[in-house]
Amino acid sequence: MSNVPNELKYVASHEWIRDEGNGIVTVGITDHAQDLLGDVVFVELPDLGAEVAAGDDAGVVESVKAASDIYAPLSGEVVAINEALEDAPESVNSDPYGDGWFFQLKLSDAAELGDLLDADGYAAHCESES
Amino acid sequence: MGHKTALHAQHHALGAKLVDFSGWEMPLHYGSQVEEHHKVRQHAGMFDVSHMTIVDVSGAQARSYLRHLLANDVASLQHKGKALYSAMLNEAGGVIDDLIVYLMTEPDAAGEWYRVVVNCGTRENDLRWMADQAVRFDVALTEQPELAMIAIQGPKARQRVEQVVSESRARLVSELKPFFGQESEGWFIARTGYTGEDGLEIMLPEDEAESFWQQLLAAGVAPCGLGARDTLRLEAGMNLYGADMDEGVSPLEAAMGWTLALEPVDRDFVGRAAVEALKASGAASKLVGLVLTERGVLRAHQKVVVEGVGEGEITSGSFSPTLGYSIALARVPVGTGSTAAVEMRGKQVPVQVVRPPFVRHGEKVFS
Repeated sequence: MSNVPNELKYVASHEWIRDEGNGIVTVGITDHAQDLLGDVVFVELPDLGAEVAAGDDAGVVESVKAASDIYAPLSGEVVAINEALEDAPESVNSDPYGDGWFFQLKLSDAAELGDLLDADGYAAHCESES
Repeated sequence: MGHKTALHAQHHALGAKLVDFSGWEMPLHYGSQVEEHHKVRQHAGMFDVSHMTIVDVSGAQARSYLRHLLANDVASLQHKGKALYSAMLNEAGGVIDDLIVYLMTEPDAAGEWYRVVVNCGTRENDLRWMADQAVRFDVALTEQPELAMIAIQGPKARQRVEQVVSESRARLVSELKPFFGQESEGWFIARTGYTGEDGLEIMLPEDEAESFWQQLLAAGVAPCGLGARDTLRLEAGMNLYGADMDEGVSPLEAAMGWTLALEPVDRDFVGRAAVEALKASGAASKLVGLVLTERGVLRAHQKVVVEGVGEGEITSGSFSPTLGYSIALARVPVGTGSTAAVEMRGKQVPVQVVRPPFVRHGEKVFS
């Protein structure tokens, strides 16, 4: 079974969200998602400063096997992107909740945080998809 | 799930991600298919390919039968153990399967026989076709489902095998020439493969497969799954049946023209008339290599656009771990030059058109 840390929030499209406080969240894809994708070889991230709405395309992750869209789980402005993924896309596989993070958002509507899944809810969602 | 090879418990114990492959539960990877790929290019990796179908062809007319069945000519096999790559065609000249045939005896020896290895996904169709074509020949077709098959591939592959096998097998491994196979103490050891590296394919009794696998593991040979097998063969420019060609595709449209033995002209092989007719009129399409050096991964079935010429389609595409960018095989109009564009995610992306292979013995080989 894949790793679903309790302290994170999730969306059904397999992104995880860490609330950094002060209206900033960090976003990546889950262990379950990277396992399904297999070896990640390219990551296309959103532009710094881009405004995204919850559910918008915010990049692409390409593995040896498939290309998959990354969605913005919340609305806000992209305030940081993980440029290290350019040279080390394999971090998405080896450390999906750490070095494999994708981008940070400055939230435009903190109330959206209430719409996210907790670890149990996300684990149940994965179970229902398998 | 479906059939399991004699090495299934080993795959499970090694944490393999198992997938269904034509009814067989086979390892896709053991953690990272990219790392497995690099192991084969730089050192040595091993693949369980026991799902492949082995058919022995014997009888007084074994040679005549194979000269009728196959588009390449087994009469060109001049030495015991020599292997031949061939297409098996239907009457319309489409590829029923591609296969390797080994001459198992001295040519023209009494009791001359051959070993044929065909794809697993086409097994039933192949066996039916081979049996149908055998009716008017004095031949016996004997499937060997009790043989396991392990491919050990990479620059260090033969050396690692020599370390763990008996003295006589080790001597054979060190002396065996490329594209030859020989029997040794009940094993059939061939210097063939599907990776573009040096290496071996070894067919051995199922009950000996586990201990041999474990000895190879202990000698540092990395277990590799079907994922790495696919990226390795793609870099080596080798076709995959069902992706790059099938019954509706002529070998002339699948970069397999070199496997068609049209001389001698009186050899009447299945599909000959169709192949000759297409050769005379000229095939409309050809199989080429594509290279995308910028970000993105070429994938099967993406549309290829050749400005002023026409359109084609990618038949196999992936990321090349050795090169660090994406490569593909594509069927395109014959008039295609050195550039094309691929429709990827709604955009047309320019690609270079090359002649495969892309990688041989660990090095880039196209320009």
